Amino acid sequence: MGVQNPGYWLPVDLSKYGYKIDDLINIIHVFMLILFVGWGIFFVYCLVRFRAKPGHRANPELIHAKGSKYAEIGVAIFEAVILLGFSMPVWAAYKHAPPDKDKAQHVRVVAQQFAWNFHYPGPDGIFGKTDQKYIDEAANPVGLDPNDPHALDDIVDVNNLHVIRGKPVMLRLSSKDVIHSFWIPVMRVKQDVIPGTVFPIWFEPAENATLGEFDITCAQLCGNNHFKMRGAVHIDTPESFQKWLDSKKVSTQPVNAEEEFKE
Amino acid sequence: MSAGHSHDHGHAHDDHAHGHHELGFIRKWIFSTDHKVIGMQYTVTALVFLFFGFTLMMIMRWQLANPGHVIPFVGSMLSKQLYAGYMNLATEGVLLPEGYNALGAMHGTIMVFLGIVPLAVGGFGNFVMPLQIGAPDMAFPKLNMMSYWVFLPGGLIMLASFFMPGGAAQSGWTSYAPLSVINPGQTAWLVGMIFLITSSLLGSINFIVTIIHMRAPGLTMFRLPFFVWAQFVTAFLLLLAFPPLEAAGVMQLMDRLAGTSFFMPSGLWVSGKAAEWVGGGSPLLWQHLFWFLAHPEVYVLILPAMGIVAEVIANNTRKPLWGYRSMVYAAAFLGFMSFIVWAHHMFMTGMSTKISTFFQTTTMIISIPSVIILTALVISLWGGSIRFNTPMLFAIAFLPMFAIGGLTGLPLGLTSSDIHLHDTYYVIGHFHYVVAPGTIFGMFAGIYYWYPKATGRMMNETLGKLHFWPTFICMNCIFFPMLIQGMMGLSRRTYDPNIYQAGLASLKLHKMISWSAWIMAIAQLPFIFNFFVSMFAGKKVTENPWDSTTLEWAAPSPPPHGNFLTEPKAHRDPYVYSPPGRKDDFLPQHVVLEV
Repeated sequence: MGVQNPGYWLPVDLSKYGYKIDDLINIIHVFMLILFVGWGIFFVYCLVRFRAKPGHRANPELIHAKGSKYAEIGVAIFEAVILLGFSMPVWAAYKHAPPDKDKAQHVRVVAQQFAWNFHYPGPDGIFGKTDQKYIDEAANPVGLDPNDPHALDDIVDVNNLHVIRGKPVMLRLSSKDVIHSFWIPVMRVKQDVIPGTVFPIWFEPAENATLGEFDITCAQLCGNNHFKMRGAVHIDTPESFQKWLDSKKVSTQPVNAEEEFKE
Repeated sequence: MSAGHSHDHGHAHDDHAHGHHELGFIRKWIFSTDHKVIGMQYTVTALVFLFFGFTLMMIMRWQLANPGHVIPFVGSMLSKQLYAGYMNLATEGVLLPEGYNALGAMHGTIMVFLGIVPLAVGGFGNFVMPLQIGAPDMAFPKLNMMSYWVFLPGGLIMLASFFMPGGAAQSGWTSYAPLSVINPGQTAWLVGMIFLITSSLLGSINFIVTIIHMRAPGLTMFRLPFFVWAQFVTAFLLLLAFPPLEAAGVMQLMDRLAGTSFFMPSGLWVSGKAAEWVGGGSPLLWQHLFWFLAHPEVYVLILPAMGIVAEVIANNTRKPLWGYRSMVYAAAFLGFMSFIVWAHHMFMTGMSTKISTFFQTTTMIISIPSVIILTALVISLWGGSIRFNTPMLFAIAFLPMFAIGGLTGLPLGLTSSDIHLHDTYYVIGHFHYVVAPGTIFGMFAGIYYWYPKATGRMMNETLGKLHFWPTFICMNCIFFPMLIQGMMGLSRRTYDPNIYQAGLASLKLHKMISWSAWIMAIAQLPFIFNFFVSMFAGKKVTENPWDSTTLEWAAPSPPPHGNFLTEPKAHRDPYVYSPPGRKDDFLPQHVVLEV
């Protein structure tokens, strides 16, 4: 298992673009700290200097404090800058500039109480059809159609997402039952999974990302065992990815979510 | 005459000047139409609920600090099977996940809807506002009584839900469908909510009419104390934001009981079989309706606290509030803006850039009026002669606590940084800084400040300080580490944090938070003792013990039925402190100056 939390701040970032989010978070917190400390100094100074003393009387004249106006304008300008300069462009890039889909790895993610089903298209690169009527919680959790030739080579792995470093990953998220939220902290990617809708998202493990296993978290309360809905993202080299793929040759392997979790 | 405090009609109470005949015990203290009695009923009920909600959290904190260990003191009680079909919170003394979820959902619901709103609006609003505007009572006293008697059953239904088949609600205080429609326990929650919302609606209409119509002669809108303005804006928020949730609550109830599918999409596959809902409902619709209430609700929680803090600061700095008018405009603007920021709670629901652009921009804009109010309150300290009594300690502690709460809202209000922080402990830390050391400190300030008006006796200062300092330290030891845990990536609402790496890495913080929470519980004992014993043993006071200027201090302490012995008139602005050329350092609104 890779080390995700080296200290008491953000987890490690193993994605190619996550640093933009980290930069934004760090900049805002530096700003918050400056504002709070500056303001706090004034606050404490007032409390000490203007404490009640015998014979002393308050001055009812209201000072013409320009400082407050400057502070308010300063806050407004800073907010405009982080909004227009950081938050909006990052969000727009995330939403509108997905990676080239021919170069990406594609995985369907079907969330359910309380597991993540990862559905890989297999060597033919085409997802087999699925239908509710074929769902078998143990043997066929996503309901692959056994009559569809594209489905035969598909791989379904419960709670394990294998990705290759340096290769973009495009996911299509859906949920069988209630709202879940798919979150890979080390990839700085999060998306609610609302039943009835399919959500396309993407992320890209960095070229030099640490190899190993990291948390996939369910970030939305989804029932009693919500806390157990942990998946794992495995960051592989092309070779180790292939090795894993070879071990999964048979399609729709029966995997028990509970068993899987216990170790 | 010099000033009001030289008068002594402190105990002309109960058999009063206006010819009211003596009411029996039941009409006077239980089914009362007197705004002061209703205010006290609300206050005491809400304080009990707040303590209960805090107790639920202390049990959850045990599980978070010591996952899977037997809960001390209450573990065996929670494990008792009362009847077949009863939902246990624990087995063999260990909290169950469903128990954890029930405690979490009910903690949120109780603190917000049964604790702070009734205390801030029902309690302080009812008791103080009519006195501050110089009115004999609310505009609709019977409606006022009804509001309390609709609130109480709502609260009792919520509490009773723990003992109903299926147990209490387990789907978070946000009650997101489809989970809330599938989960047990939600029916009682929804019925309770419908009562609570109805109660708030009745109250809000009453507040608005009273403030517009019942002000004393001379008390123009810009002579109103800031607290009244805060209640005025709050009443509009309640009036306009609650109806959508009431409708949504009924719709969710229908989804559960009548097979409708307002919030249930077709094709759900639940617990191994196809679900019965067809009709293509939208889970997102619930979130929109819920947050359309619940964001203005945040300002319902914070505005009355700001109002109290402003009163206490003006009184104890012995000088007028700095920027009174801009504070009023800021509060009104805050109220307006609070209706168009709700979707910032939903950035992770697959929102398009257009919508997210709108909502993150409005969210940044709404921070400005908060900055204005906070800045005005801090600058008000400048040039004062600050008395550090207990209400003032809570009021000034409110300022930095609310500042942290407000500032930590920034990274959550921007979509891109929210990607990492959404639904983590950072969110919990953020909003608790706003409502716990923020609003609740405001509430404590208000209790210590107006207690002599309500009872005719002071609360003990030493016990007050013994209450303040440990509470202040513990609050920060509880909520600041949560910001760090969230930064580390710890997801909210996790029964056992050790499942995740971020949980394991931050377990020490969990232990620290839990110990702080339990110590803080002990720190409330001086308050509880002080609150009850001072009713009999506190120092007796006349009508204006704090040398204050606003109209409530012109009435006797406690005020009789009908409030004022003679109808007060307002002759000046609310905070004329330390006027030059006068011996006293305050000039009350109602005092007529000798020519």
